[in-house]
Amino acid sequence: MPPIASLHSPLPHLDVLEAEAIQIIRDTAACFERPVMLYSVGKDSTAMLHLARKAFAPGRVPFPILHIDTGWKFKEMYAYRDGYVRDELGVDLLIHRNDDGVRAGVGPITHGSRVHTDIMKTQALRQALAIGRYDAAFGGARRDEERSRAKERVFSLRDENGRWDPRTQRPELWNLWNTRLRPGESMRVFPLSSWTELDVWLYIRREKLPVVPLYFAKERPTIERGGTLLMMDDDRVPLKPGETPVMRRIRFRTLGCWPLTGALESSAATLDDVILELLASRYSERQGRVIDHDAAGSMEEKKREGYF
Amino acid sequence: MSTPSDTHTQAGDATARLDAPAATASLDSWLAAHEGKELLRFITCGNVDDGKSTLIGRLLLETDSIPVDVLEAVARDSKVRGTRGEETDLAFLTDGLKAEREQGITIDVAYRTFSTDRRRFILADAPGHEQYTRNMATGASTAELAIILIDARYGVTTQTRRHTAITRLLGIRQTIVAINKMDLVGFSQARFDEVKAAFEAFATKLPPSNVAFVPIVATDGDSVVARGARMPWYGGPSVLELLETLPVDAGTNHVDFRFPVQLALRPNESFRGLAGSVASGEVRVGDPILALPSGRTSRVARITTIDRDLSSARVPMATTIVLEDDIDCARGDMLVRPDQRPTLSTRFTANLVWMSDAPLVPGREYLIRHATLETPATIVRVVHRLDIESLETTPGPTLRLNEIGLVEVRTSRPIAIDPYEKNRATGSFVVIDRISAGTLGGGMVVASDVGHWDDPAESHLTPTASSVTLDERRARLGQRPATIVLMGLSGSGKSSVARAVERLLFERGNTAIVLDGAAVRTGLSRDLGFTAADRSENLRRSMELARLMNDAGLIVVGAFSAPQAETRDRCRELVGKDRFFLVHVDAPLEHCRTRDPSGLYRDAALGKVRDVPGLDAPFERPTNADLVVRSDQLSVAACAERVVALLRERGIVE
Repeated sequence: MPPIASLHSPLPHLDVLEAEAIQIIRDTAACFERPVMLYSVGKDSTAMLHLARKAFAPGRVPFPILHIDTGWKFKEMYAYRDGYVRDELGVDLLIHRNDDGVRAGVGPITHGSRVHTDIMKTQALRQALAIGRYDAAFGGARRDEERSRAKERVFSLRDENGRWDPRTQRPELWNLWNTRLRPGESMRVFPLSSWTELDVWLYIRREKLPVVPLYFAKERPTIERGGTLLMMDDDRVPLKPGETPVMRRIRFRTLGCWPLTGALESSAATLDDVILELLASRYSERQGRVIDHDAAGSMEEKKREGYF
Repeated sequence: MSTPSDTHTQAGDATARLDAPAATASLDSWLAAHEGKELLRFITCGNVDDGKSTLIGRLLLETDSIPVDVLEAVARDSKVRGTRGEETDLAFLTDGLKAEREQGITIDVAYRTFSTDRRRFILADAPGHEQYTRNMATGASTAELAIILIDARYGVTTQTRRHTAITRLLGIRQTIVAINKMDLVGFSQARFDEVKAAFEAFATKLPPSNVAFVPIVATDGDSVVARGARMPWYGGPSVLELLETLPVDAGTNHVDFRFPVQLALRPNESFRGLAGSVASGEVRVGDPILALPSGRTSRVARITTIDRDLSSARVPMATTIVLEDDIDCARGDMLVRPDQRPTLSTRFTANLVWMSDAPLVPGREYLIRHATLETPATIVRVVHRLDIESLETTPGPTLRLNEIGLVEVRTSRPIAIDPYEKNRATGSFVVIDRISAGTLGGGMVVASDVGHWDDPAESHLTPTASSVTLDERRARLGQRPATIVLMGLSGSGKSSVARAVERLLFERGNTAIVLDGAAVRTGLSRDLGFTAADRSENLRRSMELARLMNDAGLIVVGAFSAPQAETRDRCRELVGKDRFFLVHVDAPLEHCRTRDPSGLYRDAALGKVRDVPGLDAPFERPTNADLVVRSDQLSVAACAERVVALLRERGIVE
């Protein structure tokens, strides 16, 4: 039996989660030749990037931050990314777009969410990882997001085609992560595996991190389409007959490509309001994402194909 | 579209566990109550038939942890593929992968989180089937508590035994035994007591754990969250109440400071920090530090974070330590306190759970990862396999998928280890295949000194065969070779008896030689001390020597304390069963202490020596001696006569 605990009470859970994430990030930096951090401009990425900065302070984050840009993100996301992440934090920010997809004019409305996501996200990610010859890529995914994520490892192996095979996952014991790869293989690393949406918001509050203002309620021009509230961020999406943009007080629980991201009507205009609203909500955050709404298991299939 | 919470009512008859924010003055007051929440990691063991998924589903439902849209998706899936008709199959909540849902089995560990007003929980939902022992071990490795589910109708089954054994081996020291389906046994207290007694009876063979027994009905929720009214004879807490109140870090070592270095940070000329997570114990600025394996010492100058320095750090904080001296230290090294040292060793024994389809190959070089160190290592041999259901051990040449056994490990670099029982963080390691890079097994250190008994001999050394046969020697010397080990406490008179035996044999015309422990130690074993490991090694060398002399036809009379039964058995194996005789020279400790011919007991009393068998080190009395002589009741000559009589009886001498 281990010695009886000292007078200390256990650390609060947010400190335990922070410690675990930093440990994962440091191990990745130590064990891989070319790690990269996938950065989506959302709240999870914000927390993850901050953890990386903490992990190596007073030194710089020793790997680049990569944004896969579909070209369809909200304008405020681009402004935050360039103004805060690139200019203020001064991290090594890389941006990759699938130029083939851009030339072919691939978009969520013209080609549908499935094709758009495959070409502009999954294929774009694979291109970027190949160009950078990255052997490990951090992602901000959490196990509470979706059922197939609940069984994914913290260090999750991808074959030479970037595919995930849930049947051949390595056992992951204690915090002794197996970081070894065979030629062609790569690793996805999820430092926020044990976090929940609430943890992320509480951490952002505690660490006083700025986030994209779209998370906070404001009057914004919206249309309702297929049961989803869309914010009209630019004029690339033609209105259908009968659709008129209406100003509504809305905010976003998750951020992605704007035509694929549903808003929710809300009056939560501050971080505290957002957390209070989350505490009252009985819906999962992925509910607003058009991308997950196909059959059950669709996320698992996307991941098998190389989606993050 | 309006906010979801306006348009949907809460699912089921769940009770809201989080304070409704409407009733909360502000977030600050909510945070005051919730921000300091502790995190408990636990594992649930059992299978669908025991009602495991139902229990988990109920815990999640009743703590309000399942979003409405998820519950709706589960209800849809459940209608299409479920087995319960219109009723929602709660198993669909927990079986995440499509393959599993289609096969109706759970193939992998799933991690889920939920909260109550008191705690955050991370639940490792591990599959129950026998072929998934590896997954259960994986889930148990990070858990502090285990819920073992038992179907009240069937009681303790082989599966219960397997689950319990795995969780105990993996170091879980708190167990909730949930005896489910009490409604199907008429809520019978007698049946509950019977199952409880059966569990307690077999669990005594395992490493200890605190155990709480709870009678439940997972389908209806009795004693899961609230205390049910249908079992008034059970006055104890519900499963959730136990989860909220049992200590969260019962398996964590808070005393011994261990800091495996993850990486050295040197962002500029003036800063050199060692980044890592405190694996156990705590450290303060100013504390003396010992770096392993280098053995260099320094003190903690600073403990830094991104925006401020700390005065101390403790498990499990991720931190950066700056030392007063710029000592050479890199990933894989470990910082400890000089007064709380782990063992620095290249050889140790461990319980190993084998997780690969290909069996373990003793002697093959694998990689092991221990703390932050990766090093080539060999599993020298499998000491035994553990039958996880009967808890019996069998000698085994190898371990196969899902088997657990005691193995001896040899690493190519010295590593700083503690027994797993004492420190999960520095007593654990994983075995990695050099070629496939797969994770093959998980190990838990048992002991750090194994001696050289099983070192493989260099394969290119082949002794040449003698042209003189054993029969020729026997004919010339008129005796069969033998090794007699006279064992006993220091001062029992073993050396005197040995000399008397030698004399008697000589006078009978035999050829014998005394191998005295003290004599061996002045030469052959002068590098050894008196720890259990060194005593064992001294005996091994002496027995190798005895075997050579036996090969020359001689009778060897050894006098050794030989306090460890296992070592004595190894002596017998090494020398050969038919020519090895164990004689216990038996005298009470008081008698030996009074004689004290070497002054050992006097020195021990003065605190000058330690590890004296029978005093502050174990002395295991033999149960398989070929002869016992009471040296406090018989003269030395009489003792010697009896030894020679034994040799006559056994046909060694005429």
